[in-house]
Parts: sequence; C-alpha cells; structure tokens
Amino acid sequence: MKLHDRQLRDIYVDLLIEAAKKHPNLVIVEADLMKAAKTTGFAEVFPERTINVGVAEANMIGVAAGLSNMGKLPFTHTFTPFATRRCFDQVMLSVAYAQLNVKMVGSDPGIMATLNGGTHMSLEDVGIMRTIPTMTIFEPVDGVQLAGMFDQIIEHYGPVYIRLLRQEFPSVFADGTQFTLGKAIKLEEGTDVSIFATGIMVVEALEARKILAEEGISASVVNIHTVKPIDREAIIAEAKKTRAIVTAENHNIINGLGSAVAEVLVEEYPVVMERVGTKDHFGEVGKKDFLMEKFGLKAHNIVDAVHRVLERKG
Amino acid sequence: MEKRAYLEEKAKEIRQETLRCIGTLGVGHIGGSLSIADVLAVLYFEKMNIDPKNPGLLSRDRFVLSKGHGGPAVYATLAIKGYFDKSLLLTLNQSNTNLPSHTDKNKTIGVDMTTGSLGQGFSAAVGMVTAAQLDGSLLTVYAIIGDGESQEGQIWESAMFAGSRGLDTLIAFTDYNKLQIDGAVCDINDVAPLDKKWEAFNWHVQVIDGHDVLAISEAIDHAKEVKGKPSMIILNTIKGKGAYFCEGQAGSHNMPVTMDQANEAIARLERK
Repeated sequence: MKLHDRQLRDIYVDLLIEAAKKHPNLVIVEADLMKAAKTTGFAEVFPERTINVGVAEANMIGVAAGLSNMGKLPFTHTFTPFATRRCFDQVMLSVAYAQLNVKMVGSDPGIMATLNGGTHMSLEDVGIMRTIPTMTIFEPVDGVQLAGMFDQIIEHYGPVYIRLLRQEFPSVFADGTQFTLGKAIKLEEGTDVSIFATGIMVVEALEARKILAEEGISASVVNIHTVKPIDREAIIAEAKKTRAIVTAENHNIINGLGSAVAEVLVEEYPVVMERVGTKDHFGEVGKKDFLMEKFGLKAHNIVDAVHRVLERKG
Repeated sequence: MEKRAYLEEKAKEIRQETLRCIGTLGVGHIGGSLSIADVLAVLYFEKMNIDPKNPGLLSRDRFVLSKGHGGPAVYATLAIKGYFDKSLLLTLNQSNTNLPSHTDKNKTIGVDMTTGSLGQGFSAAVGMVTAAQLDGSLLTVYAIIGDGESQEGQIWESAMFAGSRGLDTLIAFTDYNKLQIDGAVCDINDVAPLDKKWEAFNWHVQVIDGHDVLAISEAIDHAKEVKGKPSMIILNTIKGKGAYFCEGQAGSHNMPVTMDQANEAIARLERK
C-alpha cells in the first residue's frame, strides 16, 4: 500500500478494506459524511457492511454500540466535534461504560477544519475523550503511522478515538517504522530541551529543532501519537535528561497533550514546561496557514516557547 | 394452568419481588418498575427464546430496557426465571452489588445491554437488530422505552433509522403510564399522539392495555407476522400498578418505600 503523497483518508479507506477482508465482523457506521472521508470506497467493496444512519451522530454511536454488543467491530466516522462533544454521553455510556468495542474516527482535527470554520473546529475533542475511562486516543502524524498502528487498534479491545487528518500531509516516518500503541516514538535526540508533539505539530517541531540548532540549542523531538494512555516513562526520561519540556498540539492547551504531559511531570518529576497550542480560543474560518499563524501553532511559536522555558530553567 | 392465569401469576411474582427488593433498600424506582411487570412476564415466560442455563447463547432473543430505571423489575424477572438466586434481589444498590439501579450488562447475568441515560438503549437495540440481520439471524430484539423517555431526541433518531431500514425483527414497547418525574407527561411536553408518530416513522403500531397479559401476548404474535417494518406496541399502563401506596402517582418514579408498605402491597397482591 502506498503510504506517501496521498490523502490520509484514502489510506484510511484502504486500511479499512484490507482489515475487513481479514475480520468478517468489521463494519462501518457513518453519519452522512462518507463522501468527506471517502468511505464510499469501502461501501463499493462491502455495501452490506456499510451502515449510514444519516445526520444523527448520537444514534450513530448508539447503533455502533449495539453492533459491538452482538460481536461486530464497528468503525464510526464524523467530523471531530460531532464525534466527541455532540455525542459525549453516548460515547461515555453506550460504548465505554458498557465495555463495548467501537473505533471512533473524527476527521479534520483542530484547525484542520479550515474553511468549515469555528462550528466544525474541535480544539477540545482530545480533552473530552481523555476524561472517559478506558478510552484510547490516537492521532497519526502521517500515513506510515496510521498504517503501522491500524492492526494494533483492531486487536485492542475497547474504545479508540482516532483523530484523523483527511488531507495529504508531508510524511515524517519512513516505510516500515515500527510503532506501538501507547508508546511515544523519538524522532530526534537532544540535550537542552525536549519537545513533545502530536499530529500536524510534529512537522513544526522538527522545523523548530532546525532553527534552534542554528542557535546552538539541542532539542529532542518526541512524537506522542497516543495521548491516552500516555507514555509516562518516555516523558519522565526526557524530563530527567533535559529538565525542560515543551509540548505542541493542534488543540487547546487546556486538557490536551500539554495537560496530559504536565500531569505526569508534576507527579513524577517536576521540571519547567511550556505548552504550544491554541490558548483557550474558539476556532474560526480560514486557511491552514492563516490559522496556524493566528493561533500560534507555527515552528517559530515552538522556538519562542523553547526560549522561555530555557530562560526559566536557568 | 391456562396461559392467562400462568402469566398473571408470573406478573404478580415480578411485582412482589420488585416490592421486596425496593422495600428492603427503602427507596427506589417503584412506579416505572411495576408498570412493566406484565410485559416482562409475557416476554420472559412465554415469548423469548432464552435459556437461563445458557445465558450467553448467541442465537437467543435479546431484551433492552431502554428506560433503565426499571431495573428492579428486570432483576425480579431474571431471578424468577432462574438466572440467579432470589436472595440476590435484596442486594439492590448495596455496596459492590451486581444489581445497580439501572440495568448493566456487565454486572447482571441475563441483562443484554447497559442502559440508564435515556434514549441510548433504544439506539443500541436498533444496532443489535442490524447486527443480527447482517448475520442472517432471525432472533428478535425486544426493547421497552418510557413515555417520558420519548421526549429524548435520540429515540426519534433511532426510530427513523429503524423504520427507514424496515428492521422487522425489532419489537418495541412504550410504557405509556402518562407520568414522569415532574408530573403528567401531557402537561410537561406531551408525546401524544404516540401512535401517529410511530406510524409516521414507518413503524407498525398497536395500542393495547399494558396490564392485560393475553393482549400483550397476542400483540407480540401479530408483530412477529409483520414484514418490512419494526413494531411498536404502545402499552397503556398505570405507574406503580399493584402497589396501593403509589399507584397512579407521579411521585412513584423514585420514592421511599418502607418494608411495611412493601409487605402490605405484597399481601394485597396475594389476596387478589
């Protein structure tokens, strides 16, 4: 399967089809956004295993829970805000509390909702899902990581929230890179500061590292693709090594990756820390570059955060 | 024993065990538990293809109590049916119990779905029927929703979907006892006309006396003959039916019940 220079939704659908061939119980449950996710491609191969409930996200989750309760393996999909804040209680109770096995895909995370604007822009979805016991939260960086993790997501019994980019995005990982659900992966080694990044912010973190290197600052870059359960050991190890942490996420700094990392640090190994992400603002309409700049999600924002954190580190 | 007498006896036992269960605890959802005793008797002692000795049988019929607060009546039914010992009923809502207020499939043997947040169980029932039909299974999924619960939007999301897909192995009941926590359903946010609403959602609809076990039995038989549509059987019921101290009272939704009240109600049911 080609994992580079392709839209992630196309890779996702190919992975679904491959998995459905191996797992006869795999079904998809959609809420009138099949064309957006290109899961129409799945429907062409498995029409009887495609269930579209229409514009009714709460029912989508409830139906998926019922399907799981009878032994099916449902993958639901809608945009991130509707996958999380709109049907939080259904995800919490019908799926997680009931100990059912539903994989929930939210597409267009954070500012990547771009021209759909503030109503469709979830800067809180990770926070919402993080409060649900037993939830696993996975945000792929690129197609290689999505593909590398797909079997593990299927083998894992329990609710998984997949924060999925639809668009094409630069590949970060080489083919064949091994990933483990719940285990952070180090991209670059460094000694002065550690940058934990997720999703689209990994590319920015790598760019920031180059800028910092020119200034003589050595930065580790670690990708936390599984925000829950978070890799405590990887965070503690970096904290012990560099004693300065910066997080970068396409999400509100409240309740997302930054909060999750901070929770580990304050309990296990307190060090100075800065969080890059949206600063408790609503989303708004705009193209990606405009929004990245406006909400402070660019490489230079990470560089600034590193400067601040190193000043405090002394 | 003739069918009516047998099923009425089972409904009486369900009411008595429910009263004992809630009376022992001292408080509970008595009203909406007692109003569904008759339909539970018909389902568990006549209609459902189930085996308490093999509760995990894949081909069994399923039951979802979407109005999960009727849990005590379901627990009473399951105990009488033989899923577990009746003595367990006295642990309702005690610490570390397997019998929580609202039905939980992971805690109680014989419970098919976890419910309690109104509107959600019905969606799950629709998903369960969808799964069974995908597998070519003819098993029936039964579900009970409340009339107050019918104010939830999710009920109508799933009603529309089940009607649209013609899920004819789904047989649902509305416990139409006309009362909810804050008073009369018609005064708060009237769900009437329920029959016309379900018909408009492409369901086959019957309206019957929800305390007449033979009428319930016949309505289920009829629903099973309907092809291409899910079935809604609207049960005209009385909240708290069979408990002299709360029958027909909105306050019976969740109320204190003394052991003396419970014992007196149990005795009166026995004398009838």
